[in-house]
Amino acid sequence: MIHPIPSGTRDVLPDETREVRAITDALRGVFERHGYGELYTPALEYESVLARADMAEAQPAYRVFDESGAALVLRSDMTVPIARVVATRYPTAEPPLRFCYLAHCYRGVRPQRGQPRELLQAGIELIGAPAPQGTAEVLGVLCAALDTVGLEGYRIGLGDASLFPSLMAGLGVAEQERPRLLAALVNRDFVGLEQELFALELGASERELLLEVPQRRGGPEVLCASSGVVADAAANMRQVYELLDPRVAERVIFDLGLVRSIGYYTGAVFEVYDPALGAPIGGGGRYDELLGRFGRSLPAVGFALGVDRLHIALMGEERGTGASLS
Amino acid sequence: MSATNGLTIAVPRGALFGETVDLLAGLGLDTAELRSNDRKLLFEDIGVITMRPSDVPTYVESGAADIGITGKDVLLEQAAHGSGDPARREVYELLDLGYGRCTMVLASKAGPDPASEALRRLGVMRVATKYPRIAERHLEETGRQAEIVEVKGSVELAPLTGMVEAIVDLTATGTTLREHDLIVREEIVECTARLIANPVAHKLRAEAIDKLLERLRAR
Repeated sequence: MIHPIPSGTRDVLPDETREVRAITDALRGVFERHGYGELYTPALEYESVLARADMAEAQPAYRVFDESGAALVLRSDMTVPIARVVATRYPTAEPPLRFCYLAHCYRGVRPQRGQPRELLQAGIELIGAPAPQGTAEVLGVLCAALDTVGLEGYRIGLGDASLFPSLMAGLGVAEQERPRLLAALVNRDFVGLEQELFALELGASERELLLEVPQRRGGPEVLCASSGVVADAAANMRQVYELLDPRVAERVIFDLGLVRSIGYYTGAVFEVYDPALGAPIGGGGRYDELLGRFGRSLPAVGFALGVDRLHIALMGEERGTGASLS
Repeated sequence: MSATNGLTIAVPRGALFGETVDLLAGLGLDTAELRSNDRKLLFEDIGVITMRPSDVPTYVESGAADIGITGKDVLLEQAAHGSGDPARREVYELLDLGYGRCTMVLASKAGPDPASEALRRLGVMRVATKYPRIAERHLEETGRQAEIVEVKGSVELAPLTGMVEAIVDLTATGTTLREHDLIVREEIVECTARLIANPVAHKLRAEAIDKLLERLRAR
């Protein structure tokens, strides 16, 4: 008999589990060695509690009602539940607090696109450590984790979530126009961004900056020759960069157009790329305002890796695929 | 390195093929075999793979190709509801290449518009299309109830047989519509060829992609 399971979910059988287990054990070891204590939280949470965070595109996709009629959701990430834990269980603990997790999260999918509904994430959260030191620490742990599992060709894209919004404000884009421009950038649509910009009443040099800055990416040279708002964000990135171990710094690609689809990021944001995979393996960033929404205002930073994507990339590197990207 | 700096490029067969090959030739790519052999799909020595236009975003998103060229109609159909849509392809749209210009239109039989009559008397219009998501969004945004009928072949047949009152389709010259006694009622969106890129390649192959962009812009 064949009994189906929902698309985007799967059974993991012993051969695969053994390989995934080797990865997760290695990651857990690195996180623990760096002082990040592992925790578990419920997969189901009250919708009203998680709704305190601005998840933008990563809103919880599955809702059920409990016996008293309260709406429960399946968590879509671990950062928001950990923010809840910190406010609730550690209301007075002396920061910084360090947590790690290996947990399944749940996202909505479009049928027939091979997107997972249930994904295993491995990550850390560093609560109460401001930029740039906190950011640099987390990037160090990220690279240590990837090195330990044996990924070789990876790079870290580093950007700043506040850069484009500040750039729009600084260059006089009217407030009601900003969400549309930001949406084009989040959509990775530079043609659309250009069309939107031409529809606005902007000077040629302002328009050129708004279009050109988010396409700047590469080595430390992209941080040079900037003025105003761009210089501020560049200075923030340079501060983080200067604190990095050389082994970590050599992995960094600066990306002034990096935006993440989750809404709660406030400062530095980053993504992990590997030539063996066509999509980011994971990412993270600073979310200095999220904890405040849960009642314990602390700056924070963290990352999550997609364990399955990491597994695919490791196998790809082993087979030498994705060479066209290297 | 080749004229495309070692990038793998997904090239659409069909209406955009000729001008795309001319574009690649203009970049210095040896396109002789690409032009002469229409059975071959993979041209490894020049870093080109060929496919139908609607498959280009799929190959580019997965990283099987670093960059690709396809019509805006394809990109819109695969992302019909904007950024919140999980069907949105995770690709960068980098450049409007300007060629392959055509218009997505809503058309119906000449004479009194059967679509408005259906809407008025039946409350819903039936619309045949190969672009169900673009059609649905357009009708939704203009506040009309519609029943979308997806067809794979000649869309013009659907209103002529009375199966639907209107069609949503792509037209370049309007000849096919005229031949079937259909007239354009609404222009939905203009579509041209676009250069797209894989999001990881966009970061890891930034220099190669930017050089290519610069040459394409300077055409």
